[in-house]
Amino acid sequence: MNSKLNLNLKLVDESREIAKKIAEDTQLFIEKHTTVSTERTICRLLGIDGVDEFEVPLPNVIVDNVMEKGGLSVGLATYIGNAIVQLGLTPNEIAKKVSKGELDLTTMELADEMDIKLAVEKVAKETVEKIKANRGKRESYLNEFGDKEGPYLYVIVATGNIYEDITQAKAAARQGADIIAVIRTTGQSLLDYVPYGATTEGFGGTYATQENFRLMREALDEVGEEEKRYIRLCNYCSGLCMPEIAAMGATERLDVMLNDALYGILFRDINMKRTLVDQYFSRVINGFAGVIINTGEDNYLTTADAVEEAYTVLASQFINEQFAVTAGMKEEQMGLGHAFEMDPSLKDGFLLELAQAQMAREIFPKAPLKYMPPTKFKTGDIFKGQIQDTLFNMVTIMTGQKLHLLGMLTEALHTPYMSDRALSIENAQYIFNNMESLGEEITFKKDGMIQNRANSVLKEANDLLKEIDKNGLFKTIEEGKFAGIKRPIDGGKGLEGVVEKGEKYFNPFIRLMLEEVK
Amino acid sequence: MSSVKLNTEVLNTELDLSKIKPYGDTMNDGKVQLSFTLPIVDDEKGMETAKELGKKMGLKDVGVVHHKPLDKGFTFYVVYGTVEHTVDYNKIEVEVLDINVMSMKETNEYIKENIKRKVVMIGASTGTDAHTVGIDAIMNMKGFAGHYGLERYEMIEAYNLGSQVPNEEFIKKAIELKADVLLVSQTVTQKDVHIANLTNLVELLEAEGIRDKVILIMGGPRISQELAKELGYDGGFGIGKFADDIATFAVTEIVERKLT
Repeated sequence: MNSKLNLNLKLVDESREIAKKIAEDTQLFIEKHTTVSTERTICRLLGIDGVDEFEVPLPNVIVDNVMEKGGLSVGLATYIGNAIVQLGLTPNEIAKKVSKGELDLTTMELADEMDIKLAVEKVAKETVEKIKANRGKRESYLNEFGDKEGPYLYVIVATGNIYEDITQAKAAARQGADIIAVIRTTGQSLLDYVPYGATTEGFGGTYATQENFRLMREALDEVGEEEKRYIRLCNYCSGLCMPEIAAMGATERLDVMLNDALYGILFRDINMKRTLVDQYFSRVINGFAGVIINTGEDNYLTTADAVEEAYTVLASQFINEQFAVTAGMKEEQMGLGHAFEMDPSLKDGFLLELAQAQMAREIFPKAPLKYMPPTKFKTGDIFKGQIQDTLFNMVTIMTGQKLHLLGMLTEALHTPYMSDRALSIENAQYIFNNMESLGEEITFKKDGMIQNRANSVLKEANDLLKEIDKNGLFKTIEEGKFAGIKRPIDGGKGLEGVVEKGEKYFNPFIRLMLEEVK
Repeated sequence: MSSVKLNTEVLNTELDLSKIKPYGDTMNDGKVQLSFTLPIVDDEKGMETAKELGKKMGLKDVGVVHHKPLDKGFTFYVVYGTVEHTVDYNKIEVEVLDINVMSMKETNEYIKENIKRKVVMIGASTGTDAHTVGIDAIMNMKGFAGHYGLERYEMIEAYNLGSQVPNEEFIKKAIELKADVLLVSQTVTQKDVHIANLTNLVELLEAEGIRDKVILIMGGPRISQELAKELGYDGGFGIGKFADDIATFAVTEIVERKLT
């Protein structure tokens, strides 16, 4: 590819190699551990769903039960497989019996290992087939309607009530939105369970539940068929339940998932061991389900300075890319993130934003980059807000960003009104049409401000990666190298849910899913 | 713009503070613009409905200058009109923090002179609120829009606890660090979730018996001094306030309330 930025490609290759090594080192730790959320995900994928009389989800009931008895390192697959062999029940029937106190999985005598594995794999394969069928359905829709060329217009609904969300989402889809994200209620990322059923109350967002996923999927398919476009559905695969949400999304055909390897550690103070183990399984599922993941580098810039810390975004993109590769994802599924968050009063700030976006484009050529709008410097001045978003739209069309989260003129004021979203879509459509080929028509001045900026950010990112490689990822996070946030290795939420795998531990889905994507 | 009627009345163009009206391009012309969505289809009847709504809001010469369907049965309108109401500016009373904002240097000197030790300030986005933009802007070294954050102040020991800090934990930290000043940031205000959380914090502080021993400050885009007073806080800071405003207020309060 012809680099407009005259990037030092040797440095790009070297950075990628270092990131690969960092991910592989971390992967050694990941492989040795499992977590409560990973085990609950196995339960879900084996068909365990529903809640007990106290509204506790059955996957939690059964995993907590096993954990209390010190059996988590054996893994739920073994226990459930054993109960299938011994009792001839389905996994959900087994979970119900456990919840009623009629069954203790950890004290049952273990059947032959081979029989257990066969019994579990039989159920696991059915789930894998279902997810594969979902992927097929998405592909058949895309074949029928064609996929959108150019940036996907990505908007958010966040009423707290799934039914109200549906009204807003359908309106947005008809106005031209290509991706609808249902923001989660504030605080959900810190729940160590996934709520159950359709929900109508949330703050700043709506609970991610399997039923809510299903309802929204159905609504978007309906409007997509009317409009002859495939409308993608996005949710948040982050927090303490990363892999569970991935499993629910795979089951209900979500298309896009926020899914960052480091985000939970930095921004939700979730323990780093927990997040790294969880992100792996969540990405294996997302990879297999054909989901595009969005990584969260944009968030660094809401905390740290977008000019000074731009290199941390690039370094993190390299690392996120390699974690995704390890989990079997294709580059076409990696929505690596960044954001238009520089101070608008900055002289030539637009040029720096352009350099950063073009750099991401050239370094990750096939990745559907996720580009986040200005938020940090949005004020109550909605008129200026509309201009900030316009500049942001220009960068996207000039540099080929793909998942384009639309900025809202009322950002910093309230969750978007229907009209805010419409004005934003109109703005983006205007710019994307009116400036469509500008990027192809222009080149950047040799050794000019834009080229030099990109190369200096690349150099700094390379330096940081070398340092991480030397000290290890855990230590780097402890030292606060990302987003200026320090997180101790044994601090944060959810550490108690991490255990070392026992000798005979197995997770049937990792192998089945990775084999499929290869 | 054809629907906007020309105003042929003769205006009194003298500024009268007892009868304040919006200013378009002529004193007392009363011109305003507004935009809203109605859950109806986009047609003549819809436009007339929007116009009628403008009249009920106290506008005359209402003009629907733009209308656009957003969805089946939802239409967006931009409306201009002339406000008939006036407000007596002289009679308006507001609760404001009447302080002369000191610079970072002045605040440091003020602390050295009047408090004679470092002031401990802790801040967090509490409850379920995950937004750190506000508290970061006030506390982080770098600050925001050219105003250095509290961490930069030589005489302030600032602790930013981040987001989603439960009130109980926040208080525990306050006691542990012997905090003089507590800064609470609230960004999510949907369905008044912040009110419950802010009230809960005051109650817990009172239960711990330390409410009087600290300066309690709230901040966020929808926070005002009025709300702060109503909920039993010392200060409330909204949009356009920076670390200097908060530091000045906090340190002068400490001195005035003899909490040195």
